Parts: sequence; structure tokens; C-alpha cells
Amino acid sequence: MLASLLSLASDAGPSPISHPAIDAFKNFVNAVSVPEISLPLFTIGFVLMMVGYRWWTKPSVATLLLLLFCLFYFGSMLIDPNYRLIIKKPDNVPITMMLLSVGLCLWVAFRQAALNDQRIEKGLPLPDADKDDKVLVWPDLVYTELICLVLATALLVLWSVLLRAPLESPANPAGPPNPSKAPWYFLGLQEMLVYFDPWMAGVILPGLIITGLIATPYIDTNPKGNGYYTVKQRPFALSVWLFGFLILWVVLIVFGTFLRGPNWNFFGPYEYWDPYLQVPLTNINLSDYFWVFALGKPLPASPILREIVGIIFVSAWVLVLPPVLAHTVMRRLYQSMGAVRFYVMAFHLVIMALLPLKMVLRWVFTLKYFVYLPEFNLNL
Amino acid sequence: MPQPLHSVLEYIRSSQPWNSIFRHGIPRDRRTRVMAIMSNVFLHLHPVAVRKSGIRLSFTWCMGGLTFFLFLAETISGVLLMFYYRPVPEYAYSDIIGLRAHVTLGLLREIHRWGAHAMIIAIWLHMMRVFLTGSYKPPREFNWGVGVILLVITMLLSFTGYLLPWDQLAIWAITVGSNMGKATPFLGMGGPFSDVLQLPGGVPLVTTRSDAAYLLLAGTSVGENALMRFYVLHCIALPLAAATLIAVHFWRVRKDGGISGPL
Ligand code: HEM
Repeated sequence: MLASLLSLASDAGPSPISHPAIDAFKNFVNAVSVPEISLPLFTIGFVLMMVGYRWWTKPSVATLLLLLFCLFYFGSMLIDPNYRLIIKKPDNVPITMMLLSVGLCLWVAFRQAALNDQRIEKGLPLPDADKDDKVLVWPDLVYTELICLVLATALLVLWSVLLRAPLESPANPAGPPNPSKAPWYFLGLQEMLVYFDPWMAGVILPGLIITGLIATPYIDTNPKGNGYYTVKQRPFALSVWLFGFLILWVVLIVFGTFLRGPNWNFFGPYEYWDPYLQVPLTNINLSDYFWVFALGKPLPASPILREIVGIIFVSAWVLVLPPVLAHTVMRRLYQSMGAVRFYVMAFHLVIMALLPLKMVLRWVFTLKYFVYLPEFNLNL
Repeated sequence: MPQPLHSVLEYIRSSQPWNSIFRHGIPRDRRTRVMAIMSNVFLHLHPVAVRKSGIRLSFTWCMGGLTFFLFLAETISGVLLMFYYRPVPEYAYSDIIGLRAHVTLGLLREIHRWGAHAMIIAIWLHMMRVFLTGSYKPPREFNWGVGVILLVITMLLSFTGYLLPWDQLAIWAITVGSNMGKATPFLGMGGPFSDVLQLPGGVPLVTTRSDAAYLLLAGTSVGENALMRFYVLHCIALPLAAATLIAVHFWRVRKDGGISGPL
């Protein structure tokens, strides 16, 4: 925070430090930040976060993690001009705020969950479990609200004094900037366009995020963990939701804003956004894999026959996988939830899982589409 | 307190106007504190007493309250901005420049823009805290749903506002967004099955001049009609919807038994 404020004061900023060791570090970070490496790493980090929450939430460990993060995040501004440009872009400043505040709030939540879970294991009552332990709203709550209000006003004014609202050249309907980006809070969706066509990334997936969120209270029948932080009593709900929010939403926003340059090409955090970079498009459809590569035949003329493998696969994924889950690994869940709840949940779950699945297949097999039906504008 | 000031205050507090506004004494004891909440239309959004857990900053992070504060800040700064801004391509951009150059305390636009970003962050965090405390569980299922709609409205408010400065950033960001509308299955020209909906006689129902993106933009690209449409949505329709739902949301927080806590 401080570092970013300081370097905001001077427009050019300090000239970047360079040293062979720093260059090696930069090359390393650039190399591992490509999605096919960094997304699996983030996922591993996520699993560790969920499993090791009693350890990393200790104040000493958490402080150390915060310091390391800030050292990397803000320190990088000193060693690389490209990175500094990205972080200092006024419209990207809210993303920095978002990352820091999400991290802080996660810590506050998981810390209390760790303490609560410990008490639950020992059979002790939770703090504040006494329902009748009430305080009057005046003064306790009203004053807290007043202080929050004053602080928030002060912060908002300070932010507005320090940072001008951006304004680019007047709208020119004939000259799109490259890259053209949606506002940052939608960039998770724009990043999904790498893997899906707009009808999926821009319509179906956001629609299912909304219906899935609204359905959440009705499909989560676990009565525990109502009104207090806990991880142990609701590991499944927390894992699914936080994976969606942290990895498939927040991390994709960071990719879309910080790491996608001209022509939506991927650039490491310390790379120059070269507008002339040519990336060959080598992605291959499932139908090509099946007919041409596996069977050695030309593609059939009939579109449905041509795409039959993909159609069968996607239908099976959406229609057959949920009942299979219901009778195998998720049997207990199915029995406790009942059919309607379970299938609503499973439907959202398999569609959500389609995104990581497609990512992995793209990285490993350069898969373009499961189903490629330009005849109907239906590519998946 | 020095004696003269004290007696002035005493005089004011015993005057008829004061007592007509505040129908109770200074909130010093239990009775007057309860009265302070009950007799004020704004404060009586609150219950009179709350569980200790509910007001702990570590529990709610005050995020719902901050979202609401930012909504109010956006409303006030937005009304002020409306005095200076004309939603037509000829003037929009130069009005924005003028805001910076000619308006006293020219921070309005900054406050409005950064406040909007902050509101997005606050609402996500509020949702995350409600999720992590399991506060959507019975009896609060419905209020969670109201919240989700508020989330959508908040994002749409930000999205529609993004177009109004009418600079390169604005129109191309909105173009990216509205191109997605073109891809709506059945209803968008570029989406799957766009030719399925037909009138009798094979007249296509969904064309570039009647599809989902056209509904949003009132045109085939982001132009002056889109600017007017986004302006009305941004300044009138969406804020009204948000304010209404926030009222429902707060009402339900109380009716559902106040802020959740361990049973
Ligand atoms: C304009 C947006 C919103 C405003 C102004 C708002 C405001 C508030 C406030 C002031 C509270 C009291 C407790 C607290 O501060 O945490 C609250 C509670 C609640 N909010 Fe929101 N909220 C908004 C959006 C949302 C969203 C997006 C969700 C979820 C998707 C949501 C779900 C809830 C629920 C379930 C409660 C009850 C929590 C409990 O009893 O512990 N709200 N809201």
C-alpha cells in the first residue's frame, strides 16, 4: 500500500533495479505465471489453505505471509517497469485493494473458524453462544456505525484526492484499443472467453452463477455452521464456494487485467506487452481428433454425425454424471438431500467443473471445442 | 463543561423546538436509549437491542453497512454529477472534462468512480462473510436471494455507469460486454439457434435489429441511443430498484431474527 502510494507521488517512479539474480527471478516468475502452470499452483495453494487453516491463520504465520505477499506484489514495482505500469494504472488500483481486503477477510474468517473448531472439538460452547447476552443498539451499535462511516468517508476522500479518475481520449467508434477490456469486475468472464464461446462465458455461466447462488440456501441442508465461522463442520460447501470465488473468479480477474495484453495474448507480469507478438493458433477440435487422427477418415458431411463424440461426451457429462455421482461417491449426500436438491446442486457443479476441465484439456491436448457446430453457432 | 456553555445547552434542550424533534431526554439511561432508537425513523431500522456477536467487527466486518454507506455516497455524488452532465455524444465527454476543470471541489467524479469500485469490493466481501458464517441458512434463505439480486443490480449499476464518460475506455468496455448479449442462445444474432424463433411464414424473429444486444443498446453498436439508455438505467431505474430491495433486505434482516449468531 505504502509503496504504491509513494511511487504514485512521482510519476516516473524510480528507475528499475537490475541485477543478474533479479533477472533470473523475473524470468522464473514469467515462466511459471502462464495459466497452465500457475492455475494448478493456485489450486494446490487453495487446497493447502483449506487443509492447513489451523496453521496458517496463526497471527505470526499470517503476518509473515502478508509481508511476503506485499514484498512480491509491491516490491516488484521496483524491479520492473512493465509491472509498475500495470499496477499503477488507476483503474487497476481497486484490484489491489480487492486482493488485499479479500486476503485480510479470509484470514479473519479462517482464524475464527480455527478457534471455533477447536472449541467444538473440546465440547466447549462457542463464544457468544448465549442468545440472551444482548447489548443496546444505542450506544454500542450506533457508535460503531458512526466510526465506520467517518473512517469510510475519510478513506474515500483520501483515495479521490490521491488518484484522478481516468479519462482516455474521446470515444472513437472506428478505433478499438487493443486489448479492449471490460470493467475489471467482469474480467473473470472475459478471461473465460479464452476457453468458451461468448454464449457460454457471457450468458450461460454468469446465469448459472446467479441461479446457483440463489439456490445455495435451499440445497445446503447442513444445519451446522449457522451463525459462526467454521471449516470443519461444512468442508464441502466451503470448498466448492471458495474455489469458485477465489480461483475461478478472483484469480481469473487478475489474469484478465494484469496478464492479458494485445490480442488477448498472455504476458508474464514482468513482460513487455508486445503488440506484434504472433501466437500460432494450433487448437484442435474433438471431431478432428476422432475422425481424422484416430480413425484416419475425412470429417463426415453431416454435422451431427461429425460432432457425435463431442455431443455424446457433453450430454454424458451433464446428464449422466450427476446420477452416477448420486449412486457412487455422493451417495450419502444424495440420500440426505433428496433428488430435487441433489440434481439442482449436481447440475450447477458439473457445469462449473466444465471450466477447469476445458482448461486442462486445452493445456494438455490443445483441445479447441468438444462440439464444433458453426451451423448453429453452437460451439462448446 | 464550562458553566456558560452548559447552560446554553440546557436551554436548547429544554426548548419547545428541541423537544418537538427529540421526544426523549439525552440517551443516558436504558429507557432513553431505547427511545432514541424507537422514535427515529432512520435509527429504527435497528432493533433496540442486539446480540453481542452481531455487532462484533470481526463477525460482520461491517461490510453490509459499508456497502450501504457507499450506496448512499454514490447516490449523493451521483445527483451532484447529474447537474453537470448531458448524456449525448456531443456533450458527454466535454462535460466530464468540464467537471474536472470548472467545478469547485472537483472531486465529484473521483468520489463517484472510486466509490463505485469500492462498493463492488464491499458487496463481494459482505457476501463472502455471509457465506462463511453460514448466515444464508434457515431462516435467512430468502434474504440471501434478495442479496444476490442486489449483487446483480450493483454490478449492472457499475457497468452502465462505465459508459457515461464517453471515452475510449467506456465505449469499448461496453462493446465487449454487449457483444456477449449478442451471443444469447435463441435471442442473440450471434448465439446458438438464433434462427429458431420465427414468425409463421418463415419470417425470422431475431435479427440484428431485434435481438438481445439491440434491446440493450437500442442500436447495432454502442452509439447515442445506447448512451441515453444506459444513462436512464444508471440514474433512475437501477438505483430505484436497488433502494427498494435494500429496504426489503434490511426489513428481512430484522424479521429473520436479527444478525445470525451461534444457536
Ligand atoms: C446493496 C447491497 C447490500 C447491502 C446494502 C446489504 C446490507 C446488509 C446489512 C447492513 C446487513 C446487516 C449485517 C451485516 O452488515 O453483515 C446485511 C445482512 C445480510 N445480507 Fe446483505 N447487503 C447487500 C447485499 C447482499 C448480498 C449480495 C448478499 C448475499 C448474496 C446479502 C445477504 C445478506 C444476508 C443473508 C444477511 C443476514 C446476515 C446475518 O443475519 O448474519 N446481502 N446486509
